[in-house]
Amino acid sequence: MSATVVDRPRPAIRAVAGRVGLLGGLGIALLVALVFAAGHGQLDIPPSEVLGSVLHRIGIDLGPLPHHPQGENTLWQVRFPRVVMAALAGACLATAGALMQGVFGNPLAEPGIVGVSAGAAVAAATVIVFEWTFAGTWTIAICAFVGGLVTTLLVYVTSRDGGRTEVVTLVLTGIAVTAMTSAALAFLMFLGDTQAREEIVFWTLGSLNGSRWEYVGVVFPMAVAGIVAAMVLAPKLDLLALGDRAARHVGVDVERLRLSIIVVVAVLTAAAVAFCGIISFIGLVVPHLIRMIAGPGHRLLVPASALGGALLLVLADLWARTLVDYADLPIGMLTALVGGPFFFWLIRRARKTAGGWA
Amino acid sequence: MTAMTARGVSVAFDGTPILTDVDLDVRPGEVVALVGPNGAGKSTLLAVLAGDVEPTTGRVTLEDRDLGAYPARELARHRAVQLQKQSLAFGFRVAEVVRMGRTPWHRTEREDDDERVIAESMERADVVELAERLFPTLSGGEQARTSFARLLAQATPVLMLDEPTAALDIRHQESLLAVASEAASAGAGVVVVLHDLSLAAAYADRICVLSHGTVRADGPPAEVLTSELLSEVYAHPVDVIEHDGNLLVVPVRVKGAVPWPAG
Repeated sequence: MSATVVDRPRPAIRAVAGRVGLLGGLGIALLVALVFAAGHGQLDIPPSEVLGSVLHRIGIDLGPLPHHPQGENTLWQVRFPRVVMAALAGACLATAGALMQGVFGNPLAEPGIVGVSAGAAVAAATVIVFEWTFAGTWTIAICAFVGGLVTTLLVYVTSRDGGRTEVVTLVLTGIAVTAMTSAALAFLMFLGDTQAREEIVFWTLGSLNGSRWEYVGVVFPMAVAGIVAAMVLAPKLDLLALGDRAARHVGVDVERLRLSIIVVVAVLTAAAVAFCGIISFIGLVVPHLIRMIAGPGHRLLVPASALGGALLLVLADLWARTLVDYADLPIGMLTALVGGPFFFWLIRRARKTAGGWA
Repeated sequence: MTAMTARGVSVAFDGTPILTDVDLDVRPGEVVALVGPNGAGKSTLLAVLAGDVEPTTGRVTLEDRDLGAYPARELARHRAVQLQKQSLAFGFRVAEVVRMGRTPWHRTEREDDDERVIAESMERADVVELAERLFPTLSGGEQARTSFARLLAQATPVLMLDEPTAALDIRHQESLLAVASEAASAGAGVVVVLHDLSLAAAYADRICVLSHGTVRADGPPAEVLTSELLSEVYAHPVDVIEHDGNLLVVPVRVKGAVPWPAG
């Protein structure tokens, strides 16, 4: 008895150290990736000049400025909005994935797989085809949010039974939702003119090409609001893992928590989808990797997923635009190419452990 | 004063009556065992007391206040529940699961007791050596003990347990009920659904026999556990024997009662 009490502070300190270490490590890796990705492309700018440019912009005259005459312009007009957008979209998708997995009590839930991204994309495509502009740059984001919210609720209502979500039901629901959204997208493509069609194709493939500061201006507040809300809700998600009844027994208002999380997932997914299209599997891969390193506790999982998602998407985007010279590969294609096999591996592992998810 | 009171509670699912006009009192300091055959409504009654199932008619009060009037978090400071089946969606460690029982006390002054209560609860439920194990990899009995530790960690004046001993070995069955009755001696009201009538006889202060959704008997073990009543309720001849001051309830075994069809 006394031994247990004496031993107690050590794991607590270790947990705090682990937490700071993981978040700090991911944060530093993200900053390095941002600087490196911003400097890399058709016009190469060394990291020192990228840093110098940023420092000069914020009023610190330190470090070299880009020596190439177009360097400064390229950085601030093209590269920075793009890498920042990649980081924001990645953070949103990974956080949304972590939340969905928590609320469904099922590690295979992810905005891309269950069709939430597609639902948001349909709404965004509708805006393009009918050229709605009722809220300026925000129009697409608002409609994507509504589309995402409706699909999340639909998936949630159909795939849950008796307080649990079976893997099979969830995946089948995803198939049904994807079928409906592809039909809707096909119809919108049929309705739209050539330009709208091209835009819709871009959406379904997912791309960060053409990111602009005004888009970042829309996505940034949504991402921040979503991630902050996710971190506030995170501790209760641990309790939801006990199942609905037991979560209620330890004092969670389960219905209210679920509804809040669904709204937050819709905000995050909409933020990511509105200007970047469907980028799948980030929300699946990142929380899984974090869980393997840091365990399933959501207090750490949610912020670490946000940082990890940002890091992964910045790197994936760098890869997408430098893999083939003078070509910008669709990033959604790349993430699916890597995420698909990961999904296979997860399914196999899930079967082996007979539902005993780690 | 009662910890919990149910008056005229009836529950029907899709028109099928599960409980009919049930009255039950749980007083602080006593262990009440709910017993009865399969489908008698024991788990449903516990779910009603826990606030999971809204009774179709009737009223449940917890410390003289309607159960429905409690917000989820406050309710969790008054009663803890151990369900029959344990499940966990992710691979949390046993110590983390036990700690979940402390959440109703977050941001209250009782939060300071967290470490002490968790350590004591784990000791009492005999899960100290499982602390670092992943919950989904435990055996059914170990999971049940972990859930029991979580229930103790919640440190509430009312404890509800639905067949907590079903997956346990003899040693842990005895120790779990001994801990439950210690909790009662310390002032808690304990409701426990049990199948093993001898265990109920040994540890319960009062036994409530349910049959077809109604209370057939409610009183001290010696009064309630009679051969006639049990034989009738369970539709099987049952003997009640006294041995070393303990009541033992054993089924009468009739060889070849229903002959196996020949050939």
